[in-house]
Amino acid sequence: MAEISMKVNGRAVTAEVEDRTLLVHFLREHQGLTGTHVGCDTSQCGACVVHVDGKAVKSCTMLAAQASGAQVLTIEGLADGGELHPVQAAFREHHGLQCGFCTPGMIMAAVDMIRRHPGGLDEKTVRAELEGNLCRCTGYHNIVKAVLAAAEAMAGQKAKAA
Amino acid sequence: MYQTTYHRAASLEEAAKLLAQADDGKFLAGGQTLIPTMKQRLAAPSDLIDLRHIPELKGITINGSDMRIGAGTTHAEVAAHAGLAALCPAICRLAAHIGDPHVRHMGTIGGSIANNDPAADYPAAVLALGATVETSKRTIAADDFFTGLFGTALEEDEIVTAVSFSAPEKAGYAKFPNPASRYALVGVFVARRPEGVRVAVSGAGEDGAFRASALEDALARSFDPAALDGISLPSTGLMSDIHASAEYRAHLIAVMAKRAVKAAIG
Repeated sequence: MAEISMKVNGRAVTAEVEDRTLLVHFLREHQGLTGTHVGCDTSQCGACVVHVDGKAVKSCTMLAAQASGAQVLTIEGLADGGELHPVQAAFREHHGLQCGFCTPGMIMAAVDMIRRHPGGLDEKTVRAELEGNLCRCTGYHNIVKAVLAAAEAMAGQKAKAA
Repeated sequence: MYQTTYHRAASLEEAAKLLAQADDGKFLAGGQTLIPTMKQRLAAPSDLIDLRHIPELKGITINGSDMRIGAGTTHAEVAAHAGLAALCPAICRLAAHIGDPHVRHMGTIGGSIANNDPAADYPAAVLALGATVETSKRTIAADDFFTGLFGTALEEDEIVTAVSFSAPEKAGYAKFPNPASRYALVGVFVARRPEGVRVAVSGAGEDGAFRASALEDALARSFDPAALDGISLPSTGLMSDIHASAEYRAHLIAVMAKRAVKAAIG
């Protein structure tokens, strides 16, 4: 068994888990954070994307023990109290989902994508950057629209703050 | 996944010691191949020795025209490094197209070359750049490092610590990704130096990445895509599988080589 401790959505957690426990199973089964999904379980689909130390990773392809000592952010930790994160708001506004299964991973990937492109995003970049996230409903159009709108909204917020 | 025991090494010495103590241990870098392989029960190491927290494996150093990439450097870090981009933009572009953004945040150059997957991108670059592989025990020339499918010159307890190379005059990489997995069906890296041209191919060889001497000779005469017009490569020694026949891969090598040269001369 592995003794692990990490910060999940800002809250310090400590646990004893089997060494082979994947981060996604730790989050879902031990922490009850079922917003992070297991889609393909073969590192393809991106439904399990969370942030580890500020970077998007596939939590089905990382052991919980590997993440010990890290800061983990899941979809549950994104909203600021009752107020949706701008990416969440944009997905709602632009109908960037149908069944919703891929949405948590899409949103976590989008937040990371926007962070890595402070100069802004265009459609081609967004489509290329969504390489690691599969959606079987939407055909991606509204997801791309939502990401672009969120990037613009967040740049606007930043400009206002500065 | 079968049971395993996780260890986190703080130094190269500790990592080697932990491996020696393990029944059937394996070093774990970014884990983007090893963890999926364990999940499929195709690998079942008794112990995993995590190398991600060893300071000696971190960082990129630029010294004049010499580059040294620590083995623990992620694909995302290589892709975004301004110093590397100034001296050898092809290595950044290669790193930027491995897997997907999430995989690139975890996967490392050391892990990639130590695993030597026949469809991985980095082995072609390391071969074509004539890089030196630094390990916990010695330095190994690229031409001696890759020894076949998933095979390397590494000893059981030897750890890749860095990859170093000097700036080529021109370099380029082009790959034809498998439409589903995005692994290289064929990837070709070309590098020109005053002493000659080196061309290495990933994704196609039955024994992993290899140098294509016919292409090297043609490009040494003229470093231009047109120098490869009409060239036809034998399909012997190339992989044939559900994704592509050996003949198709042979054809793709010439096509990708032309694109790589075009990218190199930009």
